[in-house]
Parts: sequence; C-alpha cells; structure tokens
Amino acid sequence: MSKLILSLEGSVIREIPLNKERITIGRKPQNDIQIENLAVSGEHARIMTILNDSFLEDLGSTNGTLVNGNPIKKYILQDNDVIEIGKYKLKYFAAAPAAQTTTRTPAEDMDKTMVLRAPAGARTQAAPAGPAAPAAAAPPKPAAAPSLAAIQILNGPGAGRELELTKNLTTLGKPGVQVAVITRRPQGYFIAHVEGKHFPVVNGKTLDVQAHPLNDHDVIELAGVKMGFFLKTK
Amino acid sequence: MANLSASLEVATATHSGMVRSHNEDSIAADAEMGLAVLADGMGGYNAGEVASGIAVELVLTEMKKALAGKAPDELTGKEIERLLSEQAAKANGAIYQAAQSRPQYSGMGTTLVIALWHDNRLSVGHIGDSRLYRLRGDALEQITRDHSLLQEQIDSGMISKEQARYAPNKNLVTRAVGIDPEVEAEVHTYPVQPGDIYLLCSDGLPDMVTDEEIQLTLSSLKANLPLAAEQLVQQANDNGGRDNISVILVRVLKDFPARTGWLEKLKSWF
Repeated sequence: MSKLILSLEGSVIREIPLNKERITIGRKPQNDIQIENLAVSGEHARIMTILNDSFLEDLGSTNGTLVNGNPIKKYILQDNDVIEIGKYKLKYFAAAPAAQTTTRTPAEDMDKTMVLRAPAGARTQAAPAGPAAPAAAAPPKPAAAPSLAAIQILNGPGAGRELELTKNLTTLGKPGVQVAVITRRPQGYFIAHVEGKHFPVVNGKTLDVQAHPLNDHDVIELAGVKMGFFLKTK
Repeated sequence: MANLSASLEVATATHSGMVRSHNEDSIAADAEMGLAVLADGMGGYNAGEVASGIAVELVLTEMKKALAGKAPDELTGKEIERLLSEQAAKANGAIYQAAQSRPQYSGMGTTLVIALWHDNRLSVGHIGDSRLYRLRGDALEQITRDHSLLQEQIDSGMISKEQARYAPNKNLVTRAVGIDPEVEAEVHTYPVQPGDIYLLCSDGLPDMVTDEEIQLTLSSLKANLPLAAEQLVQQANDNGGRDNISVILVRVLKDFPARTGWLEKLKSWF
C-alpha cells in the first residue's frame, strides 16, 4: 500500500496509509488529514487512490499545493514526490513494486483490461474490483536480441556486398518478383517467403510456407542471387 | 448488398499470448460485406470470452440483416454511422442483460471496434481501447482514440506520451460495452484510398509492440497480408505476450464507389 509521511520543518509528524479511495487534506476537522494552520485552506486538496495509483488534486486552495516545488492542480503521484501545503510537507511513497524475479502473477493482472467507471455521483471507482496489484507493470522489454548477423552476396554484380541485419525485419529480393523476409527473434534468425511464384532456397532446399530457422553459413538463393548468412561475434 | 470482395483483401490472426490461458478476444471479418469487428472481453472465468463473443456475433448478424437487399448507394454516410451506433447499443444491451441475469457473468464487458467500408469510405465505431490504425504509403496513423484513463491523462497534459508507455495503469478503460445500461460508440467516417492497409487490434498488440515496429512490419510485409498478421502476433509474443493479441488486416485493392452510373460502366469497359 502507498503512504504519505507528514512532516514539518524536518520532523516527522505522522504516517498516513493511502487505504481509502479518497483522502482529503485541509484545515477543517472533517478532513482525513487535518492540518491546523492558517496557510492551509479549509478544504485544501484531496488524494484519490485507485488500486496503486494516487492522484492529487488541489481543491482551489488559497495558497496552492506544490509538488516537488511546482504548483499543481491535478497530478499523478510518483514515488518520492514531495507535496507542500503551507509549511507542511507530505512525502509520497508508492507501494513497493513486485520483485521482477519472482512470480509474475500480480503484474499480469495489471495487463488485464478493466473498466474504470464514473457513476452518477462522479465518484471514480475501478470495476470490477480486482485484487489490489502492485503498481509494477514493467514496461515492455525489448526481447533479448540474438547476436548480430549479416547477409553477404556471393554471386553476380553485387558479389561481396554485405548487409547487416540490424532491424527485426529485413526484406530481401525484388518487390513484385520475389521477396523474402528475415526476422530477428529472441531465439535467432528466421527466413520466410513473402511474395512471388518462387520460394527461397536455403542450402539447396526450397522452403515451404513455414518460416525456416537460419544457421551460421547457410546459403540463401533468391531470384537467382546467392547470399551467405553469417553470425557475427560481438 | 454491395459485394466488396474484389476491392478488399482480409487477413486475421488471434492468439491467447504467452501468459493467459484464455483468449478473451473475438474477431470477425467479411470482405464481401466490407465489415470487420474486433472485441476484447473482460470479466472473470470465461465471462470475457462470452462478452466479446456476443458482441462480435451480434454485430455480424445484425449488420448482415441491415445491409441485405439494400443497394450500395441506398444508405447515406450518416445512415451508415447511425447503423454502427445502433449495433454497438444492441450489443451493449445484450451483454448487459446477460450479465444481469447470470451471476457468473456479472460485471462482464468488452471493448468493440466496428469498421465498415462503403462507397470509397470507411466508417468506424469504437468503444474502449481496441484500435484502428491505417498504413497509407509508409505512414502509420492511429485512427481511433482510446477510451482509457491513460488517454485522458495524455489529453489533459498530466503525462507525456513517453511516460504513458511505462505507465502502470494502461489497462483501465473509461468506456466499455455491457457494463452500464447504455453506452455510446464514437463513430467517424474517413475517405479511403486504394493501397491503404487498415489494422484493427486489441491492446495486446500496441502494449507489446511499438508503433514504429508495427509500421515496419506492415510496410515490409504488405505484399503478404496473412504473413504480416502472423508476424505482428509473433512480435507481441516475442516481447512477452502479456495479453491476448488479435489483429485484422484489411487492404484496399481498388475503388468501390457506391454509384455506378453509365459513365463509370463505360469507363470500366476500357
């Protein structure tokens, strides 16, 4: 669970867990976090928490709300942000992210599509209420690329020319005549037929519609051009 | 009913991904009608599949009924748009009813994208965060705008597009089919050009594969649409495949004007 630490001039006053969907901050006693100071408005700000995301909103306070020194109206809190209200500081600690090495179950749930509804009362709520999952949706990692590879032309006028396979997809051949594609995947390189009556030939064997894995020193024939496939050591 | 099978080429692919055991996406495409429908269901157990299945099936049969016996030029653009809104509303009603009547379906819902090609145009209605992209020339453009918390945050300037890629709350949609008694689809119409390639996809694709990679794949493999569809799914899976992935690709082969007067007929002889 995320939390706030309220402090004044460096000394900690108390810790506030963000365990409610809506937490209000202000001078009046009905606020969840009451700060009795004239620089603080009666209803100063509120924090909406949905699963593990917390949103800070200034409620039109007289002296404003700062986050990391900047005035804000609406703001998505991030770990270690410092909210300033008058002379008071509230430091935000996001829920501990799930360890990436352990089971991925919690992170999975964050990829599951859910509906965020604002029913009549304009109260924001997540529905259906899923299990609280840590806010650890890791950004999509580019898959580990295999070692670098290249294609070298072996015959014809272009003989000796080399083409490094730096993209995930490299097309070879003449559009409209014969085209093949080499795909770079975590498990290695693959060649597949794209268009044309003739299919590419690898080491003397004609491919079918299936993608075919490429090995070091394979020879590819495409529209009369022979090419060697080479893995490069880094 | 117009027959667009000579003007449109369609390829589809759908996969449960690398993590989930169920595929809650549903897709349908019919080149003859010029219709493509994609839905990404949500809800416990198999309710997500049920919701997306109802939506796609219902839209497909209802559209067939609505277009049957109609000459291609009989419906105006506005009428087509209204038709799409009506189908989305019907699907919403059907799913909402089913969810109310059976406890195991309670809270189920789905995203929805309906694309209808007609008279050299494309009308698209959508609800939620499933998308429609267009590749024209070598430029890829996202046509629909997600109904999601993240998109709202981007629009209000709270976060940048770059931050959005790494945001933890990607999965929260602000509009869905079947959750509330009523829902409104966002419907727009765009002119179509021969050579355009349209991509309908569930969020399992763009969450795993960047727009740049989608662009590269479509423009490199546009000569082989089924391969391009398969390749997109494979890339999403190679990058982790954390959600179901569905794609529908539609290529516009040639013009499909609704009105074919004597001049057009004459031209087509030469």
